[in-house]
Amino acid sequence: MSFPLVKSLVTLTAAATLAMQPALAADKVKIGFVSTLSGPSAALGVDIRDAFLLAVKLNGGKLGGLPADVSISDDQFKPDVGKQLFERYVKRDKVDFLTGVVFSNIMLAGLPEAVDNKTIYLSPNAAPSPIAGAQCTPYFFAVSWPNDAYHEAAGQYATNLKVKSAYLLAPNYQAGKDSLAGFKRFFKGNVSGEVYTKLGQLDYSAELAEIRAAKPEVVYTFLPGGMGINFIKQFMAAGLNKDIRLIQPGFGSDQDVIRAVGNDMLGIFDTAHWGLDLPNEANKKFVAEFEKEYKRLPTLYAAQGYDTALLIDAAVRAANGKIEDKEAMIKTLKTVKFNSVRGDFRFNTNQYPIQNYYLREIQKDSQGRLVNRIVGQPVLTNHGDAYVKDCPMK
Amino acid sequence: MNRETPPWLWSLLLALAVALPLVLHARGQDYYISMISRMMIYGIAACSLNLILGFGGLVSFGHAAFVGIGAYTVGIMITEGVTSGWLNFAVAMGVSALAAAVIGAISLRTRGVYFIMITLAFAQMIYYLVNSIKAYGGDEGLNIKSRSNFGMGLDLKNDVTFYFVVLFVLVLTLVIISRMMKSRFGRVILAIRDDDTRVDAIGFPAYTYKWVLFIIAGTLGGLAGALMVNHQNYVSPNLMHWTQSGTLMVMVILGGVGTLSGGLWGALVLLILEDLIAEYTVYWQFYIGWFLLAVVLLAPRGLSSFFNRPKKLETKGHA
Amino acid sequence: MLEQALNGLQFGLMLFLLASGLTLVFGIMDMINLAHGALYMVGAFLAAWLVQLTQSFLLGVLLAVGLTAVVGMLLEATLLRTLYARDHLSQVLATFALILIINDSVRMIWGSDLALSAPQALSGPVQLLPGLLYPSYRLVIIAVGLAIALLLFVLVTKTRVGAWVRAGASNREMAMAMGINIKALFTGVFGIGAALCAVAGAMLGPLLAVQVGMGENILILAFVVIVIGGIGSVWGAFVGAILVGFVDTMGRTLLPHLFREIFSPQFASAAGPAVASILVYLLMAVVLFVRPQGLFSGRS
Repeated sequence: MSFPLVKSLVTLTAAATLAMQPALAADKVKIGFVSTLSGPSAALGVDIRDAFLLAVKLNGGKLGGLPADVSISDDQFKPDVGKQLFERYVKRDKVDFLTGVVFSNIMLAGLPEAVDNKTIYLSPNAAPSPIAGAQCTPYFFAVSWPNDAYHEAAGQYATNLKVKSAYLLAPNYQAGKDSLAGFKRFFKGNVSGEVYTKLGQLDYSAELAEIRAAKPEVVYTFLPGGMGINFIKQFMAAGLNKDIRLIQPGFGSDQDVIRAVGNDMLGIFDTAHWGLDLPNEANKKFVAEFEKEYKRLPTLYAAQGYDTALLIDAAVRAANGKIEDKEAMIKTLKTVKFNSVRGDFRFNTNQYPIQNYYLREIQKDSQGRLVNRIVGQPVLTNHGDAYVKDCPMK
Repeated sequence: MNRETPPWLWSLLLALAVALPLVLHARGQDYYISMISRMMIYGIAACSLNLILGFGGLVSFGHAAFVGIGAYTVGIMITEGVTSGWLNFAVAMGVSALAAAVIGAISLRTRGVYFIMITLAFAQMIYYLVNSIKAYGGDEGLNIKSRSNFGMGLDLKNDVTFYFVVLFVLVLTLVIISRMMKSRFGRVILAIRDDDTRVDAIGFPAYTYKWVLFIIAGTLGGLAGALMVNHQNYVSPNLMHWTQSGTLMVMVILGGVGTLSGGLWGALVLLILEDLIAEYTVYWQFYIGWFLLAVVLLAPRGLSSFFNRPKKLETKGHA
Repeated sequence: MLEQALNGLQFGLMLFLLASGLTLVFGIMDMINLAHGALYMVGAFLAAWLVQLTQSFLLGVLLAVGLTAVVGMLLEATLLRTLYARDHLSQVLATFALILIINDSVRMIWGSDLALSAPQALSGPVQLLPGLLYPSYRLVIIAVGLAIALLLFVLVTKTRVGAWVRAGASNREMAMAMGINIKALFTGVFGIGAALCAVAGAMLGPLLAVQVGMGENILILAFVVIVIGGIGSVWGAFVGAILVGFVDTMGRTLLPHLFREIFSPQFASAAGPAVASILVYLLMAVVLFVRPQGLFSGRS
């Protein structure tokens, strides 16, 4: 070994020893927040982020009594970026909880990082069927709703209406497949078309021409964010809304879409687990505060983000701030009670929610704005998911 | 950079490269070890591009395709249960070689901007093809459950072990390229870069030599890809998007076109810069863009060794 | 079927707007300009912003086109001019860097996306034939595209400026020797190219999304078009663009249809567009192989 080499090795090792830091006790809650904050579907991630931060703010900047350190990153709608961000939060920053992702494909790319490094991921949106079933993991909590659920409710609604033919459209990724599978599970009529488009596709001229040719009674689409906005605009522009009824899953006709499309949305029906007008205290406070802070009405994405923060708050409080014990944390998260904006909330054995799903219609509110109003009885009550039996967790 | 890098400098660098992960591990900063591994993998890919771009004078805009092919081959094999590292890497390199052979055979019949365009076209075709294979993820990408297994007690999931494997491959790649460019084959290639009609005239079929070089470069690209998918446990068609090919070209020019380790330094500089700037602002692309522009306009030494070559021909590969 | 053909025509015409500027720049100045797609994006963002500001679609778009032309000419006069003498690799890398800078600049000014809607009057359908309703906005796009194409042809073939452009594309040195003010010509050509990009960006904005990065995907297609059509030839760009527009659109719709007869809907939906895209590149590869200078060569 040459002398310079020995010298450099010795120096480096010495420096390293001096610089070694002791492990810190938990004096705050570190949250890694990864979401889609740019691109045509940014409105979704932004809503989740804004609501999450609002909850923390209303709590005095704390979660569960400990100061909350929330780090926000943009996955740019790209799975590889999301995965890298997950890796950074989990390995470098060693966060206590990971959350935020809107889209299932990005979440699925990043989830292995969290699971491998024993970090709990709380999903404020993406809740795909494989993780509800055979691939369930204790490190994943769905605080929103199982991916199939809205679509099952919509299918049930279409069945209640005695619809004879339905044309289905969704993007070709896990959530898209889940959605149409869910719809078909509860829809008893005839499916005259089942088309999968490219995720992120914005020009639907080809698909609309086919729909015109197929002449269905109802068109049901799962197109979150910018995709849905474009589809609905083009649907209206092509004059298809004259003869064909458009049914949507809740987010397909939520506030962000309403803002973008406008009055054409009046009268559209959709299904969701939450609505602006749900009559519980937590919700009234949430909607009022959100509108005051951000000068716009929240979407259900925001409601989910808010609930995620509330859940973390309740769980950390119940654990008395001992968040390093992951197993105990998981047990606490599974059973802790908190005042969700959707009213009753509880987890199934696979850590996916059991809750009600309502029918909503777009109407004008007292101020003349277009909003979703819950109509009638819940379409599905205390509904879980179809995959829980495949999950070995108890 | 016209002299060869002296051996003692290489030894020192190697020593540092060996010491670094051990130090970082002792500090519990495995994340950085992983980060450097990633940079080295890009370095290997960029060095392989430098073979055809720098030494061969062929502006290939589709090199990322080979990296992607290598990555997907290994990804698919592991998904199907074949986890033997030796098999994974061998097949990955084989498939990349085959692809390079086919693409090269056709592309090398064109020149200038048409060569650029046709290599781009092929890369895009492969990109769309892979995008459509839903069975292996399509545009969602493919998650793999485990890494390649080389036996010998090597657990690739361990960040430090993986780092050393990458380092080994990197050194091997540099040695191969160095030996190759110093050989007769290398001298013919450099002559072809200068003037291939003349080379044809003296009896060396320029086309064939370029084709072989292309295949070797593609194979090494595939090797980088095989390492990449192992590192990320994930591969997506984005790896083959034309902007990725552009990024590799950027690395080559940053580090020095036509130099042995130019690709490596370019990769390190670019990726470290990106990460550093990204810490401070979300607009890191803006600053990288200006930096790159400055390099291209003001300091084209990497380029100058390629286009305004001194009258005497370098016969030794320089580092 | 007719509806799809119209869609193909519409897309092809917009591609033509991008490709014509690109082919002229490439043909006359011998420069590969990757930032052409970025100008398309800038045009779209300016349009979205100005339409919002002026509350008039027409005014907003016209202003945006003008502004983008100015931006383009400034870019040419300051930066791109220095690249003409450089090799293609330098041009590729410099304009690649330019994409990064422009993308983030737009993001800094307006954020990652901006909403742009077609004028209310055009948001409904038009009855073309009994049973065929076609979005009126798309018809307008086709009309605008054809009008500009006509204008360009007249400009290039019938005017003196056009003659200069053709001379420059054909043989630059000779053109300079003949006393044509090459510098001004170049700047002008670049400005026109930028303006055309802006028209395409503004018109397509309501259909696709106005977002950072929108230029990258369409840029590649534009290059495919000019390679097929022949570098330096506006007529080639037209034919190439229509061809690519049709192949891409028809491929995206007919192929999945075909595939759905044989395969599962999920496979068909993924494979269809993929094969359609591959077809476009295959077409280019074939043309390059058989007739490398393109269908109509602008160069002598």
